[in-house]
Amino acid sequence: MGSLDAFRALVRRDLLLALRRRADVLTTLVFFVIVVSLFPLGVGPEMETLRQIAPGVVWVAALLASMLALGRLFSADYADGTLEQMLLAPQPLGLLVAAKVAAHWLVSGLPLVFIAPVLGLQYDLPWDALGVLMASLLVGTPVLGLIGAVGAALTLGLRGGGVLVSLLVLPLYIPVLIFGAGAVDAAAAGTGAAAHLSLLGAFLVVSLFFAPWAAALGLRISLE
Amino acid sequence: MPKLNWFYFAAPNTFYPLAGKMVPWFAVAAAVFAAIGLYIGFFVAPTDFQQGEGYRIIFVHVPAAWMSMFLYVVMAFWAAVGLAFNTRLSSMMAQAIAPTGALMTFLALWTGSLWGKPMWGTWWVWDARLTSELILLFLYIGFMALQASIDDPRRADRAGAVLAIVGVINVPIIYFSVQWWNTLHQGASVSLTRSPSMATTMLWGMLVMALAAWMYSIAVVLVRVRAIILERERNADWVRDLKAKGATK
Repeated sequence: MGSLDAFRALVRRDLLLALRRRADVLTTLVFFVIVVSLFPLGVGPEMETLRQIAPGVVWVAALLASMLALGRLFSADYADGTLEQMLLAPQPLGLLVAAKVAAHWLVSGLPLVFIAPVLGLQYDLPWDALGVLMASLLVGTPVLGLIGAVGAALTLGLRGGGVLVSLLVLPLYIPVLIFGAGAVDAAAAGTGAAAHLSLLGAFLVVSLFFAPWAAALGLRISLE
Repeated sequence: MPKLNWFYFAAPNTFYPLAGKMVPWFAVAAAVFAAIGLYIGFFVAPTDFQQGEGYRIIFVHVPAAWMSMFLYVVMAFWAAVGLAFNTRLSSMMAQAIAPTGALMTFLALWTGSLWGKPMWGTWWVWDARLTSELILLFLYIGFMALQASIDDPRRADRAGAVLAIVGVINVPIIYFSVQWWNTLHQGASVSLTRSPSMATTMLWGMLVMALAAWMYSIAVVLVRVRAIILERERNADWVRDLKAKGATK
């Protein structure tokens, strides 16, 4: 089996598994919506304030949602031994990790991109800012998944892994948060979001190159 | 003449006594430098015409901030060496450096906010440097938490090494992102960049205090690495011999 075939097969398998357990997918999405909806209740319903905090709130919620979803990235395969077979597979492990992250993003990251404009409307964001919000999430959430994969691989099977992974991963998420929210801010202020989006794209390229490799190393350490 | 073996001290059983001999020297040096530096800082250095006496906190603050960043790089270096060459002592060094680095980071943040209150009128500003220093503290804590939660020391070493290396790649990115975030959004209300014309005695006081911080860090890390060596090698013969001689202290 060629490497690309293995990649495709693994993505298809993970998507199929996710489709059979739709509740898991929906939990992340509902969590995202709930967190964003909590802020107006805490801050107060003044539209002026909400419009200002909207980019940050949506992005922090996306960070937390994708961090919570990390637990599902490797744990099921770890529990039933599939992961060990992947380590033994002739295909490069980094590629298999990339396939798992891609499937994971399609299931837990992409839905956030599509629900975000609705939440942005609740916060009274202008139309062009909504488009930038979607674009920034579209470029940014894969980075979150890739960086998170390293943390998930390192904490695999540890006690208190869920809390630990947040401690490891959240500081590394900060640049994505800054430029993701910054893009929406810039669009709302009318200064153009191209610079922020380009930087997010750069993060995506860099993490796409390094993160699968680092996560594969982490998996080998965790499973030896 | 026997050939000089650079790796002679890479083994825990040869490094342990060497570290024991070096600790007092570095400890004494730290005390002497700190005494000189504090003397310069408190009695020789003139009062700043703008900031009054309050500026004297930089004699602790700046060395601590330098060490906090430097120690992270050193920690990541030893962790990477341990990962690449599978040398036990390197990983132990990385593990021993982490708490000192975290302490320095905390010290820098703490003294910084003590300085900020009289100078800026606020304990905390979301300035680029403050924010990235705070994130550095999180990275240290994450490294220590990951190591603490893995029972097998070898796995803890290697997992920690991967995290430290990822962190080292990320630290410049975080630093610049925080800086750009700051400049893109709010005018530079407060700038941490000091005036370049600093009095020479002030500079000297700071440099001597930085030396003291170096010596202190080395001494403490060596003491801690000795403890880690004993703990991990407790079943080795040479530790048992030491114990029989009553020389583990």
